[in-house]
Amino acid sequence: MNLLALKPHNIAATLAAISLALMTQASIAQTPIDQTTMAKSATAKTAVAVTAQQQGLAISKENKRRDLGWGDSTADMLMLLKNQQGQQSTREIKIKSLENEHDGDKSLSIFNKPRDVKGTTFLSFSHTTGPDDQWLYLPALKRVKRISSKNKSGPFMGSEFSFEDFGSFEVAKYTYHYLGDDQLRGMDSFVVEQFPVDENSGYTRRVVWIDKQDYLIHKVEFYDRKNSLLKTLSYLDYQQYLGKFWRAQTMSMVNHQNGKSTELQWKNYAFNTGLKDSDFNRNSLKRVR
Amino acid sequence: MAAACLSLSPFSVAAGLEVSGKVAIDERYFFEAGQYVNQLEHSQTSLLLEPEFYWDWHDGASSLTFKPFYRYDSADDERSHGDIRELSYLYAGDDWELRAGISKVFWGVTEFQHLVDVINQIDGVEGADGEDKLGQQMLSLSLVRDWGIVDLYLLPGFRERSFAGEQGRLRGALVVDTDNLRFESAAREQHVDLAVRWSHSLGAFDLGGYWFRGTNREPLLTPTQVGGERGLEQYYSQMDQLGLDLQATLGDWLWKLEAIHRATRADNFAAIQAGFEYTYVGVFDSSADLGFLMEYSWDSRGEGDAKNQGSSFQNDLFLGGRLALNDAQSSELLMGLGADLEHSGFTFLIEASRRFGESFKATLDINLLQSADPAEPLFALKEDDLLTLSLEWYF
Repeated sequence: MNLLALKPHNIAATLAAISLALMTQASIAQTPIDQTTMAKSATAKTAVAVTAQQQGLAISKENKRRDLGWGDSTADMLMLLKNQQGQQSTREIKIKSLENEHDGDKSLSIFNKPRDVKGTTFLSFSHTTGPDDQWLYLPALKRVKRISSKNKSGPFMGSEFSFEDFGSFEVAKYTYHYLGDDQLRGMDSFVVEQFPVDENSGYTRRVVWIDKQDYLIHKVEFYDRKNSLLKTLSYLDYQQYLGKFWRAQTMSMVNHQNGKSTELQWKNYAFNTGLKDSDFNRNSLKRVR
Repeated sequence: MAAACLSLSPFSVAAGLEVSGKVAIDERYFFEAGQYVNQLEHSQTSLLLEPEFYWDWHDGASSLTFKPFYRYDSADDERSHGDIRELSYLYAGDDWELRAGISKVFWGVTEFQHLVDVINQIDGVEGADGEDKLGQQMLSLSLVRDWGIVDLYLLPGFRERSFAGEQGRLRGALVVDTDNLRFESAAREQHVDLAVRWSHSLGAFDLGGYWFRGTNREPLLTPTQVGGERGLEQYYSQMDQLGLDLQATLGDWLWKLEAIHRATRADNFAAIQAGFEYTYVGVFDSSADLGFLMEYSWDSRGEGDAKNQGSSFQNDLFLGGRLALNDAQSSELLMGLGADLEHSGFTFLIEASRRFGESFKATLDINLLQSADPAEPLFALKEDDLLTLSLEWYF
């Protein structure tokens, strides 16, 4: 990109264009734009707003791009629920996932604990546009039930994670706004606001901390429908798999409004185990353990 | 004892063996004494054991499941019974699977009546809703294709339906005779039945259609006299049945349809069960979900009379509500109302359930059966309003 070829109306636009160019190279540290100076000029304000959206989108896209190509994965998830009195309960779920280049991912979740729901399985085909296709298998009746996927905001198994918190991150599901930079746990990070496109989402927005080095999410703040801070999610203990893919071993969600928390501990991550489409259908839903 | 139970988990006795299951104690309390002679008066306690043994090998491609069932009932001899719910071998290939042995198959999309669910016989003594099934011997092959899943069944052997005994409640004036069964087919219980089903998911639609040829799972009950005893004789005819099930999942709405056409030597008829389920996610700004259900039953036979067998669900309306709190204890409240539109009687159900600790679950049910019309089938059950408390331990 030849910056000298640009004929900007004003300095603000030039600075914004330079910072966007620097961003796509992804290796140079970002200097924050002085937003106050920008806001003083009317045309500058429009230029900054568009750029902040573009930057937010670019950062989120890079976060997604760096995680492409994982193929298939399986992992065991231990969920620890804690209420205000400190009482704990556990959930154990095994999750199998299949990456889809052309559409959203397929996932199969097998519930092991609590014991009264043992053997319940959940199949989901997510789509980049339109609602996800979801089926639930109830082992006591041996019944496969197609369920509504509109329920995004409901709690997953009584925890502080909602159904939408578990869905795979798809760029098309949000609009973006870059807020600036921050230091989080000693890491230089971008702070991006993400606005869910789906009106059934339980959130007005999420504020995401993405580190500048590996483009991994380390913290998410969730704002409810009244735009009050509802929950904070921390991603901890990232480990790398296959020399490329990072997965957090611990995810800790704290609900500030009800004082409850849920911690997810991921174990036994395995990639490229040979899962295919035939492992994600209504028959495998009934027989998988 | 609670701590020991909490630490128990499916343990491996040998490589690839998993043991799990449930033990339950149920108490049924009938508010009124029974209408008929020798019926238990108020209290009926029972103990249920249902463990499950699972082995797999070849990296999960081959598996064997064994699930025996036993209920001991304090009052009704017919209700004390055992069954093999599952004893089957499953081999799963890439796009096909083969199952051999005793198993259970569920077909259907509706909630208040499972019209298309034909493979397994109803274990009638277990409960009024017909959802408990007896194991069925089968050899089945399932093929997965882009255009749907095709299931083929060979069903050797037939199971008779279970009914409450003389001391039991929730029965009519005459007790069903379980010793002298009549069959249309000379092969009786050894008749080999066949079924083939195609099912597919297309966008928001899930549909399935099947053809079944074999022994009618629904017996024709006729008054009889054996020795000096009056009872109801069971007659199992042969049938050809076509079934269709369809669900449209549109936003928060689930639209459901089940339909059958049954041809027997005596009669041909059609029946439909149709309705919807709507869920309101996050009611009153909470994390609870409220679901509304409504279904309608129609049967071309109507109620039937002395000469022609009819159906109890021939022109009936069902309404239901489900409140799920989505809390850590999975607390849920269900309410249901069923009414025969040709009579004034109705059935009402309220059910509350909740998990305790990590492995226990308690359920409380109240069933009200209201009828003032001697002409309707429900009249026989009008004194059988009951409360059921069930405590289950899962391991």
